[in-house]
Amino acid sequence: MQIKPILSALKKHRLATFLIAMEIALACAVLCNAVFMIANRLTAMNLDSGVDESSLGAITVTGFDPAQATDLNARMVAGLRAVPGVESAQVISSVPFGAQSLVAGISLDPSGKKTPAVVQFYQGAPGTIDALGLKLEAGRLPATSDYQPLSGQEYFPAVSPVLVTRALAEHLWPGQNPLGREFWMAKWQFRVIGVLSHLSVSQYTEYAEQGAEWTVFVPTLPGGQLAGTYLIRAKPQDIESVMTTARAAVAKIAPEVVLDHENSHSVSFLRERFFRTDRAMAGMLVGVIVALLGVTALGIVGLASFWVAQRRKQIGIRRAIGATRGDILRYFQTENFLIVTFGIALGMALAFVLNAVLMKFYELPHLPLYYLPVGALALWALGQLAVLGPALRAANVPPVVATRSV
Amino acid sequence: MFAYYMELALRSLKRSPGLTTLMVLAIGFGVAASMTSWSVFRAVSGDPIPWKSAKLFVPQIDNWGSNGRSSDGEPPNAMDYADAMALMRQHRAKLQSAMYQISPSIVPAEASRHPVNVGGHAVYGEFFPMLDVPFKYGSGWSASDDANRAQVVVIGSKLNQKLFGGANSVGRSVNIEGHDYRVVGVLDHWNPQPRYYDVVNSGGFNSQSDDVFLPFQTAIQANIQNDGNTNCYAVPKEPGFVGLQHSECVWIAFMVELDDAAAVSAYRSYLDGYAKEQQQAGRFGWAPNNRLRDLPAWLDNQHVVPSDTKVSLLVALGLLLVCLVNTIGLLLAKFLRRSGEIGVRRALGAPRRAIYLQFLTEAGMVGAAGGVLGLLLTCAGVASVGWVMPKDIASLARLDVSLLVLTLLVAVLATMLAGLYPTWRASRVQPAWQLKSN
Repeated sequence: MQIKPILSALKKHRLATFLIAMEIALACAVLCNAVFMIANRLTAMNLDSGVDESSLGAITVTGFDPAQATDLNARMVAGLRAVPGVESAQVISSVPFGAQSLVAGISLDPSGKKTPAVVQFYQGAPGTIDALGLKLEAGRLPATSDYQPLSGQEYFPAVSPVLVTRALAEHLWPGQNPLGREFWMAKWQFRVIGVLSHLSVSQYTEYAEQGAEWTVFVPTLPGGQLAGTYLIRAKPQDIESVMTTARAAVAKIAPEVVLDHENSHSVSFLRERFFRTDRAMAGMLVGVIVALLGVTALGIVGLASFWVAQRRKQIGIRRAIGATRGDILRYFQTENFLIVTFGIALGMALAFVLNAVLMKFYELPHLPLYYLPVGALALWALGQLAVLGPALRAANVPPVVATRSV
Repeated sequence: MFAYYMELALRSLKRSPGLTTLMVLAIGFGVAASMTSWSVFRAVSGDPIPWKSAKLFVPQIDNWGSNGRSSDGEPPNAMDYADAMALMRQHRAKLQSAMYQISPSIVPAEASRHPVNVGGHAVYGEFFPMLDVPFKYGSGWSASDDANRAQVVVIGSKLNQKLFGGANSVGRSVNIEGHDYRVVGVLDHWNPQPRYYDVVNSGGFNSQSDDVFLPFQTAIQANIQNDGNTNCYAVPKEPGFVGLQHSECVWIAFMVELDDAAAVSAYRSYLDGYAKEQQQAGRFGWAPNNRLRDLPAWLDNQHVVPSDTKVSLLVALGLLLVCLVNTIGLLLAKFLRRSGEIGVRRALGAPRRAIYLQFLTEAGMVGAAGGVLGLLLTCAGVASVGWVMPKDIASLARLDVSLLVLTLLVAVLATMLAGLYPTWRASRVQPAWQLKSN
């Protein structure tokens, strides 16, 4: 295929060529960035909570007298266990995707001058680890004697043996064995006895300087500050109906408290609600991408059809002097390829500029390089598909057209 | 003459129906996508109190020192009890209010009904005139009610509906957390989004309206706990709600009204003076590091508008741009091909102006058709925002007249602009040369 005649033909339509190339360039820039943003959303939505989400739910109540915490816990746990379908009911401080609680900065020395991490503490009664379905990766699970009571209005026991996640251990002690290490939060001391593979924070935000899995599990006996939130485990197929029954049961179990409707749901529901905005954003971006590709394809179809109609006579002449249908078809395909290539070259530069702007204003990460060739391939394919119809029409122009006068 | 151009344009557009449809579709799509995002964007970033936002300010006082500041040196975004009370006592702004979020349980009069939790705020009496809060019945409370810790309450229209069937309930009593409070005012529908007076706690947006407002000191005395965020640099020395009041933890939102630039600078120096006093008294071991932002700047600083919305607006604008470039290209191809026709008209004595008029009419018609299509698609788009966006944001995205007019204007102007260059080229055609070559 000779490229020179195509280029000189395009030179005659410099502006139209330039505009289509610009359109491709803009499409390329927007496409790369939009796909990248969708990918970011999806990664965020894949957060591994580390618990058996489909079997779990939480019931949260408020408005009780702190002095009655122990009595309330006993009544709630007994009452909830009596709900048909409930396999286990435990006192817990919070659940993944539920209300956030006990988030604090920790330090690796008692002075507390530096806080290398802001973590979420989960507190739970004996049996909570089993009910959550947490997986131990190293060390040991807390023994019965490790569960200590909270006195008065204290948040933690003075010294607690704790489980930390792999992610937090790697952040605090990179490359070292975390077992036996200690850290502090204010006056409270914690000693690592085991490492969990995963356990996510309740309300993860990308913008806070906090890891999605920087969590600590503190074995604690119910009472004092640990009251009001209850973890429920049931069979995955029963969990929604069990939760409905459990919510209704609270009024009978403890008539004096107020059920927190916002935070009393199955963990699957809480997760779905937590990621609603991300899903919406991804959906909107997909819509925009589809519209963008559609419009770009329409533009190519329109201009190519127009050029084909304009050049009917020239095509006829070429056919009359011996060009095959394939030659004509390939002419238009090559022409399209050249224009799209020009557009992609511009578009890659534009994509980086756009990414830089987004990074500056909206805390977006850097666009990985491999998005560019993928975007280029997509646009080449789109261009070839769009031009196929008009090019086939061109190939069908009979040679006899050449002999007709205007 | 214009009617004649319209007819010419129609004829020309009919000659290539495919191309015309393409152009109209492209404009329609572009306009609809960008306008839909724009309506969402405007709904979430829109000024919640446009007539007054430039006069409302949020003071921040650094009571944590350099170790407690975030990396950009910002002081805490809320106030501790001591500072908030000092600012209220010294009363230097025209109007001001400290506030904290509460969620007390309301015990209905009938014993059979279960108590309900209701969201609200503990505020000072000046809160209501400062934010131009609309009342359906009654009014807010006075400064002496604040000082005397009066047992009064202002309730929202929803709670009034629930408790009193929507009747004028001023003077009746409501049982909140076991104490009786006298209703002094019932709000008209009032649920500003973003909830600008306390963005730290609501994240800006909240689908549930605040339904109960208690005097600040009354709520403190009744031990109605803070339901919002509490941020501490150090653990309170004493336990419980009283311990929180004696601590350096921040949990109180604060807003002041300052009517002119002089008042703003006076308040700024007052804040610095206050911080210096605290420094001299030994409470702050650092130089004053205060902020006093007006409401729009504060909302921006607190990232109240989800950055997602801004990004999607950019993406939608990119789409509009692509559509416009597309239309320019198609119009160009179409118009440039008609140099023969232009040659004939020019040779018959048509001035350039007439050629411009004819072709701009045609471009304008394409634009108007695209605009109308875009309008319909925008209506559909705004209506379906609820399918993809969270309810609290989607319910705010509304189609209004200004958006409709803007849609049409953008479409027509963009196409006319797109038609300008081809028209200019077409009107440059030398009539003699064009006629000869045919």
